[in-house]
Amino acid sequence: MNRFKWERTIPYVILSIIGACFLLPLLWVLFASFDANAQQALTIPEEFTLANFTAILSEPATIRSFVIGLFLSCGQALLVVIVGVIAAYPLSRYTQKYKKPFMYSILFMTSLPITAVMVPVYQLFIFLNLQDSLVGTMLFLTASGLPYGIWMLKNFMDAVPPELEESAWVDGASIWKGVRRVVAPLMIPGICTVAIFTFSMSWGNFFVPYILIQTPDKFPASVTIYQFFGTYGMVEYGKLAAFSIIYTLPAVILYLFSQRFMSQGFSLGGATKG
Amino acid sequence: MGSSSIGKRKKDPTALRSVLFLLPSWILLLIFFIGPILLTFYFSFTNLALTGTQAQNIEFVGFQNFVSMFEDPTFRISVMKTIVFLFLSAIVGQQILGFLLAILMKEKNPTFRRLIGIIVIAGWVTPEIVVAFCWVAFLNDNGTLNMILDAIGLESITWLYTFPMISVCIANIWHGTAFSMMVFQASLDDVPKTIEEAATIDGASRFQVLIRIILPMVKGSIVTNMILVTLQTLGVFTLIFTMTGGGPGTSTQTLPIFMYNQAFVNYQLGYGTAISLVLLVIGIIASLFYIRSMRVKI
Repeated sequence: MNRFKWERTIPYVILSIIGACFLLPLLWVLFASFDANAQQALTIPEEFTLANFTAILSEPATIRSFVIGLFLSCGQALLVVIVGVIAAYPLSRYTQKYKKPFMYSILFMTSLPITAVMVPVYQLFIFLNLQDSLVGTMLFLTASGLPYGIWMLKNFMDAVPPELEESAWVDGASIWKGVRRVVAPLMIPGICTVAIFTFSMSWGNFFVPYILIQTPDKFPASVTIYQFFGTYGMVEYGKLAAFSIIYTLPAVILYLFSQRFMSQGFSLGGATKG
Repeated sequence: MGSSSIGKRKKDPTALRSVLFLLPSWILLLIFFIGPILLTFYFSFTNLALTGTQAQNIEFVGFQNFVSMFEDPTFRISVMKTIVFLFLSAIVGQQILGFLLAILMKEKNPTFRRLIGIIVIAGWVTPEIVVAFCWVAFLNDNGTLNMILDAIGLESITWLYTFPMISVCIANIWHGTAFSMMVFQASLDDVPKTIEEAATIDGASRFQVLIRIILPMVKGSIVTNMILVTLQTLGVFTLIFTMTGGGPGTSTQTLPIFMYNQAFVNYQLGYGTAISLVLLVIGIIASLFYIRSMRVKI
């Protein structure tokens, strides 16, 4: 049964090699962030220290950039969910002539690359006198996240039986109250999936704030980290690594939190259908 | 269904309500999404500049931007770089590696499967700018990769200068493969085990089962994933901008980087918009294929 054994072990060997290749670049940031004299190459720190983290976290500019990043991303996620649920309602519950073309346009917009519209968006922001405005940036981010949000929320809402709402109407609830009290609570997994996904996309977005925000005091963390790695010329590896870890953390935590909703989101997103 | 009966009973109120409910999203989309797309079509026919008199008095210049674009050798280089980047990192890299990972992980020890999955997904969860930073450090002259090469007696290479395109492709593969892996894992799980078993009993080898049975069954998600990954990769700016800035020279100057340089470094917004239009048109075509491949019921 020698051949049989081979067939069983080869996939494990290949997977281990690929896994190791994926792990190596990540290990460096992890180790360097705890290393007092971090170098470019991966080394196990001689002494573990939290000095890099405390240095980063005691800098007001860093804290400010995180707060701004949170403002942009939380604001966007919240707006996408609210506006998205409101828009999803008639799309899910009513039959209208324009529904089909509207849904197709939404699906179409979800897949367009945002990069392609950044130059005209910049010009539009100058025209509307919104350049350097964090609220303006957040509204643009909201619009760019809406197609995905509406698409997903409509699908999640379809899964909530209309009968439940109808009985709430019998009890005297208005349409709006029915959405808020009956439909929305039943869609919590869907709402969380959309919120988390929107937040992560925006938290990791460098290009949009880099183009639309000019004052360094208004930069979110994604842009600050870039400035950081430019000005320090990658000398203070430990601090840079610590900054990266702190910056990555919200995305990782939310991913872990969203795990149980994610699989649902994936199949509803249609990516796996075909 | 209940929803349609509601629609028929109160026809007028639902129409009005639909408009009201869709209004906020329409306003946001029109101003910040559809507006800029329409502006792309308009501005690309103007001499719009970031500073100077052309910033105030926009003039219509017809196809001049497009004529100079097609005559510009750097534009042609950018198109080539974009194709190479798409082919290596999206199609060969993310798509094939993602499929390989998914198929190898199928029916393996759950703990092992989970461990590899977490490692690959870690690269996906990491924000693009941190990915760039990790890989710059990893590939640097004194970085981990050269340290490993040194240790096994090979010569060090200045990766980002000698193989800039390969470097950004590898970073993009590292960042994006998890998405394809997850898509393929989900679709491979949908292949009924009984069909595979029946084929094996009939004497098919594992390779034959893969080619003749599994591949045709997941063909749909392969096509859809291919288009999605291509669209994502087409828009990649941050990774290349922060790793190489499009250089050295023009060696990693894909269309987004070229667009950025023309619009925000050379202050030629009109020309920059003409380049965005090219990107947008490629995106629109790919998106139409995407919608077709989905065959969704709305």
